[in-house]
Amino acid sequence: MATTTTPEAIESTVFESLKTFGAEPGAISRDAQLADIDIDSLDLAELAQIIEDAHGVELKGADVENVKTVGDVIDIVVARTS
Amino acid sequence: MRDVVVTGLGAVSPLGVGARTLYERWSAGESGIRDGEAPCADFVATEHLSVKETRRADRFSQLAVVASDEALAEAGWGDELPYDPAEIGCVMGTGIGGITTLEDNHDTLRDSGASAVSPLAVPLMMSNAGSAALSLRHGLNGSIFSVVSACAAGAHAIGIASRMIQHGEAKAVLTGGAEAPLTPLSRAAFASMGALSPSGVSRPFDARRDGFVMGEGAGVLVLEAGDAARERGARILATIRGYGSTGDAHHLTAPEVSGRGGARAIQLALSDAGLTADGVDYVNAHGTSTPLNDRAETAALKSALGERAAQIPVSSTKSAIGHLLGAAGAVEAVATVLALRDRVAPPTLGWEEAEEGMDLDHVPGTARPLAIEDDRPAVAISNSFGFGGHNVALCLEAA
Repeated sequence: MATTTTPEAIESTVFESLKTFGAEPGAISRDAQLADIDIDSLDLAELAQIIEDAHGVELKGADVENVKTVGDVIDIVVARTS
Repeated sequence: MRDVVVTGLGAVSPLGVGARTLYERWSAGESGIRDGEAPCADFVATEHLSVKETRRADRFSQLAVVASDEALAEAGWGDELPYDPAEIGCVMGTGIGGITTLEDNHDTLRDSGASAVSPLAVPLMMSNAGSAALSLRHGLNGSIFSVVSACAAGAHAIGIASRMIQHGEAKAVLTGGAEAPLTPLSRAAFASMGALSPSGVSRPFDARRDGFVMGEGAGVLVLEAGDAARERGARILATIRGYGSTGDAHHLTAPEVSGRGGARAIQLALSDAGLTADGVDYVNAHGTSTPLNDRAETAALKSALGERAAQIPVSSTKSAIGHLLGAAGAVEAVATVLALRDRVAPPTLGWEEAEEGMDLDHVPGTARPLAIEDDRPAVAISNSFGFGGHNVALCLEAA
């Protein structure tokens, strides 16, 4: 599968996944706290699978242990691709 | 010993969403069976649950949550729990658990490899997911667990929940059963062992019966300690008068032909209730429509109830909704409570031909008022038997 790894593409993947997980679409932004949009460790484990499929970046549990915001997650993935 | 009362009922069944929908449609002679199966065709999880709740629950848990919402609303619990959450338990029965999730993830494993298996696979497929889902949704902190005993699970759950209240372990317990087994593996497995009806017809106790019709659904009851329920002014629907549970130690799947284990469960339930056979007005049979069960159950009823057995209407909910496996005992208890309140014996649909030796009154085709000589509340025995030789009888009394 061809992977697209621009920051915009990664952000789009993350936002779309969070919507699928049931986060309120209007509340999803880079600054949103994961806890505030009801995103928990199980969601992050699913998100890691989706990101690996879409962008070829492998995230381990320890990678996302200290993330607080949606932007934190995006930044980790973007950093891995650059 | 404290009395245990029922203050709320909920059901999702092949006859629709709602306990009264189930009871009223069954009593009117309607069937939820189509093309040899009994799905909850009207049930769309997202109409009742958020996206997150829907994704976080296998279908059997979704059914349980929706049934529990109805039961709690009827009990008048509203937004605030009437007791300390630590004093409210939840015991749910299931025969299998999240088999849709298991099969989907097995497909994923085979097709895409281990790394593609969902992180939600375990929490969705685990057999205790139903009680976990109810605990989370309603904020219950008491003793929370599930019971797995095949087709006796729903009734076992209600029996154990009653004991928890009687023993002072809980003031209230949400209890019942849920099952969503209409999957390719489940169909193939039950068909392979010869349990399913090849004709696709559920006609319990009829001479032409040839197996059960598989269905899905959930039933939930709110049980409360009688003193606590009365103190808060709850509307009491029924009393759990007795519970009996035995094991056949006879065969992995077949019932013991004399119905000895089933009879002993019925006798234990009556003894627990302080009643004799003369106090029973209705029997909600396990009545699966399999050749072996219905014959052994008839023997069990005759053995436990003696001459009285011939005078009591004995009908099977499975004639209208098929066999809901681990949910059956709970959904049938819900229907039985409503029948007792109306003093009605709902019918055994499709019963036309008697088999030699199976000569009980099966209320064929049309519901009938219960014949109770005085004004006392109506009493029923509800049977549930499961593969593994599990036998449960509940004794229920209308309030």
